Amino acid sequence: MNTVHMKINGKPVEIEAGSNILAAAKKANVNIPTLCYHPDLPAWAACGLCVVKQENSPKLLRACAAPVQENLSIITHDAELYQIRKTVIEMILSTHPNDCLMCARNGTCELQRFAAEFGVREQPYEVRLVDLPKDTSTTSIVLDPSKCIKCGRCVQVCQDMQGVFALEFIGRGDHTVVSPAADLPLNDSPCIKCGQCSAHCPVGAIYEKDEIGDFVRAVSNPELHVVTQIAPAVRVALGESFNLPAGTITTGKIYSALRRLGVAKVFDTNFSADLTIMEEGSELVKRLTTGKGAIPQITSCCPAWTDYMEKYYPDMIPNFSTAKSPMMMQGAITKTYYAEKANVDPATIYSVAIMPCTAKKYEIGRDDNMHASGFKDVDLVLTTREFARLIKASGIDFLTLEDEKADSPIGEYAGAGTIFGNTGGVMEAALRTAYNLMTGEDLKNVEIDAVRGMEGVRTGEVDIKGTTLKVAVAHGMANVSTLLEEVREAKANGDEPPYHFIEVMACRGGCVSGGGQPYATTDEVRAQRIAGLYTDDEQSEVRCSHQNPEIKQIYADYLGAPLSEKSHHLLHTTYTERPLYKH
Amino acid sequence: MSAKKKENMFSRELISFIEKWRNKPGNLIMILHQVQEEFGYVSREAADQVAYMLDIPLAKIYGVLSFYHFFKTTKPGDHNIQVCLGTACYLKGGDMLVEELGSLLGIGLNEVTEDGRFSLEGVRCVGCCGLAPVLTVGKEVFGKVTKDQLPGIISKFS
Ligand code: SF4
Ligand code: SF4
Ligand code: SF4
Ligand code: FES
Repeated sequence: MNTVHMKINGKPVEIEAGSNILAAAKKANVNIPTLCYHPDLPAWAACGLCVVKQENSPKLLRACAAPVQENLSIITHDAELYQIRKTVIEMILSTHPNDCLMCARNGTCELQRFAAEFGVREQPYEVRLVDLPKDTSTTSIVLDPSKCIKCGRCVQVCQDMQGVFALEFIGRGDHTVVSPAADLPLNDSPCIKCGQCSAHCPVGAIYEKDEIGDFVRAVSNPELHVVTQIAPAVRVALGESFNLPAGTITTGKIYSALRRLGVAKVFDTNFSADLTIMEEGSELVKRLTTGKGAIPQITSCCPAWTDYMEKYYPDMIPNFSTAKSPMMMQGAITKTYYAEKANVDPATIYSVAIMPCTAKKYEIGRDDNMHASGFKDVDLVLTTREFARLIKASGIDFLTLEDEKADSPIGEYAGAGTIFGNTGGVMEAALRTAYNLMTGEDLKNVEIDAVRGMEGVRTGEVDIKGTTLKVAVAHGMANVSTLLEEVREAKANGDEPPYHFIEVMACRGGCVSGGGQPYATTDEVRAQRIAGLYTDDEQSEVRCSHQNPEIKQIYADYLGAPLSEKSHHLLHTTYTERPLYKH
Repeated sequence: MSAKKKENMFSRELISFIEKWRNKPGNLIMILHQVQEEFGYVSREAADQVAYMLDIPLAKIYGVLSFYHFFKTTKPGDHNIQVCLGTACYLKGGDMLVEELGSLLGIGLNEVTEDGRFSLEGVRCVGCCGLAPVLTVGKEVFGKVTKDQLPGIISKFS
């Protein structure tokens, strides 16, 4: 590591070469305000809020973009910089509606925060607002161009992190908007509904579709039997909305909160993550041992990823696992298996999923396979952010709740189910069970380090008693192309496939940093949430999906065996090639 | 990218132009310019075709199309009326001509009449300030135009 020595406000700082001045300031316990910059993205230096001074030089630098240098001496705060920053904020506010009280980001908006910190009390500049309608065309997110401060984060996220290219800066100067091509609504564009743009937008210009009202109506309807499930990643992130550190496991409190919100049953998506492993693991073993079905098998539990594949890589459809996502499996068995067991009319069941994900709002209406029970398998998806608001608005004192347990018969989970929420987790969970399926024995050490980590693409080999399984993991949608190009090339050359099994999650780090998770997600936060899930796994009595007693029970009582006819009907799906643009 | 194209709508010259520029820096602007030369505007289909041929996202193409005032994404009328709004023409009442033409044709700036015959545009200096105010219809230039001449100019092309 190359170290650079410099000064921040006179205080000596040592820092890795190549860092920016923001990072150096952090080392000196100084926060420089930023608005366009996000640590996930290369600096774009658009807003000017992060200006700092170089000592003995008239030059102003943008701390987000300027690299550290040996002997550099930086002033981060003084009267003049204060005035410049306040002016920047006032200028942005002159083009920004001030209806904060009715904004989706009221209380979490980065611009609002700086306006408060800098004590903006008047509007010294001529007000020029953008008067354009909201784009509400997707099931998942809303675009409000009138709130956009043109920081560029969403465009960088959509193009560089996600490789989707749904959003672009359209127009020039004052007339620039962030929008899909050809004035199309977002829903007609290649958008995969991952919601990463909404998770990165500093203001209320892109936000999740709020459907809390539907939940409140459902629980107050005496005719409805409301049943819930929570995704793995929710339990290690929701706490942040109640000032707990990222990664704190709040599963028991979440169950308890749901009961207080008036739902009839509290189940867990983790149960169906185990079920997914049974189906997908069996599918993998079948493909490997019978030679039937395309290799590599690719995971399909992320709806943003399946949408992406159907649009950008339709030639990979045969490689996709036909297993539905855990959420959709849970929905299908809620209105069949559970309804039968509990003797409840499935027509009266209202099934709600609490998810880290905006794409899940799209998934429940993907196609007819999402009505496998004969009804809408999942009626409503609320993101973690909506769920946090719902708990607060319902007057539940979340932090003092007692831990409770999930309900039977589809609420229990193995450690394997919980790590579905992070990159590498689905792979690891599948390998634990595939090992058993292929050898009849259980792994002695269930922790498979080869697939853990944060690199965008990871590859490894796993030994299954003499059989080498080549596996690969990709997260952050744009990263998938390296792997898929390799697969395509091998296929074109008639070579052996380079991998047997590939796991893909659209969001960086996996669902732990899904588009519907609490704001301010950085790699640090991702690492903490992932650590939370691994801890949840370690603390689980049962680590492998096939050992989950409720999983054994559902196969014994209802499904028969993995890949049975009933399983196929309820738990598997199909994919279709879709055009990038609907029009 | 998996965009599919059935049949290439471009002329052989345009296709070889695109092939020539394919890997050069700044190629997108040049190519879109050439497309507009051929069709008079860059239609959605043409943009799709360029996206397909260059293997670049459609959003990137619209980013460029919308950035430069020069590019048109809607089909102009059979007769495109361009009123100069450069400084000289503007001072001599170019904007009045726009207003009057608008009300005569029943359209606003950058719009096309319902029958597709006329479109109306404001343009930067066309380089004959001595004749201000100037307007052009297709390749024909009209100088020192007064409001009363406008109905005559329109009927000439109707
Ligand atoms: S939801 Fe994802 S794909 Fe859609 S615009 Fe946002 S970042 Fe792009
Ligand atoms: S929509 Fe949000 S993230 Fe995108 S440019 Fe505007 S303010 Fe920035
Ligand atoms: S990685 Fe998870 S949170 Fe992100 S889009 Fe996929 S399923 Fe949703
Ligand atoms: S944060 Fe550095 S210029 Fe915007």
